[in-house]
Amino acid sequence: MNINRKGRVYMGEKNVHARSRVVDHFMTGVFYIVGGSAILLLLVLAGYIIVKGIKSYYPGVMGFTDSGIGNQLFNTIYLVVLSLIVSVPLGMAAGTYLSEYAKQGKLTEIITMSIEALSSLPSIVIGLFGYLVFILMTGAQSNLLAGAMVVTILSIPQITSTTRDALKALPDYYRTGSIGLGASTFQTIWHVLIPACIPRVVTGIILVAGRGFGEAAALLYTTGQSTIIDWSSWNLASSTCPLNPMRPGETLALHVWMMRTEGSMVQHSTEIANISSMILVIAVLIFNLAARLISARIVKKNRGA
Amino acid sequence: MTSNAAKRQRKEKACKTLVMLCGLLIIALVIIIALFLLVKGSGTFVQYHHSIGEFLFSKNWAPSDTPGKGGGHVGAFVYIMGTVYTCALALLIAVPFSLAAAIFLSEISPKFGARFLQPAIEIFVGIPSVVYGWVGMTVLVPFISKKFHAPMGGYSVLAAGIVLAIMIMPTITTLSADALRSLPPRCKLGALGMGATRWQSIYTIQLPMAKSGIITGIILGLSRAIGETLAVAMVIGKTRVLPKGILYPTNNLTAAIAADMGNTANGSEYNLALWSMALLLLILSLICIALIHLTLKKNEY
Repeated sequence: MNINRKGRVYMGEKNVHARSRVVDHFMTGVFYIVGGSAILLLLVLAGYIIVKGIKSYYPGVMGFTDSGIGNQLFNTIYLVVLSLIVSVPLGMAAGTYLSEYAKQGKLTEIITMSIEALSSLPSIVIGLFGYLVFILMTGAQSNLLAGAMVVTILSIPQITSTTRDALKALPDYYRTGSIGLGASTFQTIWHVLIPACIPRVVTGIILVAGRGFGEAAALLYTTGQSTIIDWSSWNLASSTCPLNPMRPGETLALHVWMMRTEGSMVQHSTEIANISSMILVIAVLIFNLAARLISARIVKKNRGA
Repeated sequence: MTSNAAKRQRKEKACKTLVMLCGLLIIALVIIIALFLLVKGSGTFVQYHHSIGEFLFSKNWAPSDTPGKGGGHVGAFVYIMGTVYTCALALLIAVPFSLAAAIFLSEISPKFGARFLQPAIEIFVGIPSVVYGWVGMTVLVPFISKKFHAPMGGYSVLAAGIVLAIMIMPTITTLSADALRSLPPRCKLGALGMGATRWQSIYTIQLPMAKSGIITGIILGLSRAIGETLAVAMVIGKTRVLPKGILYPTNNLTAAIAADMGNTANGSEYNLALWSMALLLLILSLICIALIHLTLKKNEY
């Protein structure tokens, strides 16, 4: 066949190529649209919630009365702090065990699987467990401490795995160097390894705190759906003392849930829900930003070293 | 000197035991949670002699709320199907979208993705579920009501599916993107070297090779959707009937537990039936974990 180079067969192949190129361009466009729309969705969602929240402002909303959300905000922060006091040492210890002491074997495998199972349990299930153990079995009324314990159970898996991963990522010369200087295993962990991985662990803890901040399903039946605080009462045993962990303490997220119902008795219930949502979203943004700043600093530091 | 060394050794041992106990605590927690729910959740079948078949497949839900007195009906089929419908719809919406986002993150534009899409996804994860529920209730539900003329003012399976889809999208996207990224570069380079376009390489080589990671992400997303409570409860309409279509309201397991647990007498048939539903949720989430382990084991290469 002496025909010129643009023979029939050749043309056919070229069409196939052209088509796959067109398809390729088309799909690339699709991916850009999807990626862009995900970001757009977030911007619209966050923007909407924040604008709506600002618009719903009314005098007294930040107050510590029934028509304000001051008490709920305080309860939320107090609950997260209480839970972190328990979950951080426990989770970090468990993570240290997994990374520094545990040998590869059945036990380690079972712990790892337990972490996975615990972190994938629906929060309502863990909330019900807390309701059963801390409320029904102790006979106590709904209280903040029970809620804090439930949030602790929810947080332990993540703190454990963050600590384990952070420790494992440390180079071995941290360990050999310290041991070579005569330190014991635990001294090495306490004085060398933990300080070195603190920034990464803190990043994880911030994200966990953020989750606790917005948790509601697990708290439905543990912290109770009401809150009565007397800000002049500082007797810890009093059931209205702000710092008494054994009092009912509705959190901000729960408050949104309570405000939603048609027959809500509270005045301004829609505004309260709007503003609470705004605060929750802003908190998420702040928590994420803080975590991001810390990890950016780690990256920078590592690059410099 | 020797006493010092001995002291030090004792301290070492004590610390080791302490951290080990914390590790064991996690195992203990899982076992205790499972046991307690098993004891409470089996009450329906042991104490009130209902069959598991009735609980799973009967539509007749009329449990009695007097402790010690049975005789009601505990068919949770409507709740179970509510969970199935909403989760299926959520997956249907979220999977294609998440896969595309994952491909965008890992293949198309890693730089832009890491700078903007990744943080956006992390914030999506962080937004509390009540906020999703509240926005769903005040924006999505009226929208559905107006646009599709849904009965019950827009409270529907569709609303729940969309809210859930947004909530599980980050999980599926992150895990799929990780799976795509962790493929050895030779797969992609080989395909491109043979003259495949980028899309051909993604579609025919990379996606199939990352299958197990993607399936893991989908199962994890599913388990999140099954357990999600308040966001769904706020938009599903809480009507105990099988929905006639996606524009109709229904009810699901988590919403029913959240709404009714506090209003039932402890130990009554009604109360224990709700605990059985919680047990079912626990079992479903353990099944999801087991499935993930199976897919990962099968697809090691």
